[in-house]
Amino acid sequence: MTVEKDLQQTGGVTERAPWRNEMSMEFDAVSVNESFARVAVAAFVAHLNPTLEEVADIKTAVSEAVTNAIIHGYDNVYGYGKHGNSQPAYLIIHPGKVRLRCSLEKDVLRIEVEDHGKGMENVEQAMEPLYTTKPEYDRSGMGFAFMEAFMDELEVRSEPGRGTVVHMTKKLGTYPLIEEEI
Amino acid sequence: MDDFQVIDNCLMVKLPEEVDHHKSSYICERADSYILREEVENIVFDFEDTRFMDSSGIGIIMGRYKKIVCFGGKVFVIHADPQIRRILRVAGLNKLIEIMD
Repeated sequence: MTVEKDLQQTGGVTERAPWRNEMSMEFDAVSVNESFARVAVAAFVAHLNPTLEEVADIKTAVSEAVTNAIIHGYDNVYGYGKHGNSQPAYLIIHPGKVRLRCSLEKDVLRIEVEDHGKGMENVEQAMEPLYTTKPEYDRSGMGFAFMEAFMDELEVRSEPGRGTVVHMTKKLGTYPLIEEEI
Repeated sequence: MDDFQVIDNCLMVKLPEEVDHHKSSYICERADSYILREEVENIVFDFEDTRFMDSSGIGIIMGRYKKIVCFGGKVFVIHADPQIRRILRVAGLNKLIEIMD
C-alpha cells in the first residue's frame, strides 16, 4: 500500500495545486478487504469533517464497488462461512488484486476502483437495478443503484477479459438537499 | 449462538456490526437452516448493533423474504438507525417488509 500526500510546501515549484491530495492502494480480492477499503476511504476524508451521512454514503459506495470487483470481476464469491468450517474463505489466497485510488480536490472526492478481472459485456444491463448474474448467492442486484444513489457521479468502463474501472465523484458539504426526498 | 433465536414461530436474527458480503453468506446459511429446521413463519432482523450495511444486507433480507412469503410469513426490521432505514428505502424494501422501532 502506498500513500502519497501532497505537502503544502514542496520546497519550490509544484505542478499540482496545494489543496490536492491523493492516495492509492492495492489489495487482494478477498472479502475481508471490503471493510478495510471503505474504512480507508472514510479515514482519508475525515479531516474535512464530513457529516455522518456523507461518511456512510461514501462507505456504502466503496463497499459496493469493491465487492463487485471481488465477486464479479474475480469470481471470488466466498465470504466468511461459505467455504465450510475447516478452511475459512479469508485463508484462501486469491491472485486477483483490486486497486483503489482516491483524490480530493478541495471538497470534491473522486474514487476509482479498478480490477483486472473478467470485465462485462454489457455495462448498461449490469447497471440496471435488480439485475444480477449471481442470484444464487443472494446478491440483490442493487450495487450500481446504490453507487448512483449515494454518490454524485458514476462512470463505469469495462472490457471483457481485461477488467473494469468504476469512477465515482462526490462533493462533500452539500448534504441538506436530500434526506426525505427518497 | 445467541445471534439466532426462535421464539414461537418467529426467527430472531441479530445482525453483526457490519453487514457486508464478507459476513452475508454466513448469515444466509444460518438463517436458512433455521427456516428449514424450525419451520418458522416470520423473521425479525434486529439491527441494534449494526452500524454499516450495503446491498449484501438487502440480498440477505430479500432472499429470506422470498423463502417465507409464499407461506404467508412476514419480515420485520427492528432497531434500524436512520442510515440503514435510508438504504432499505432506496432499495424499495420498505414496501415489502415492516420497519419498526
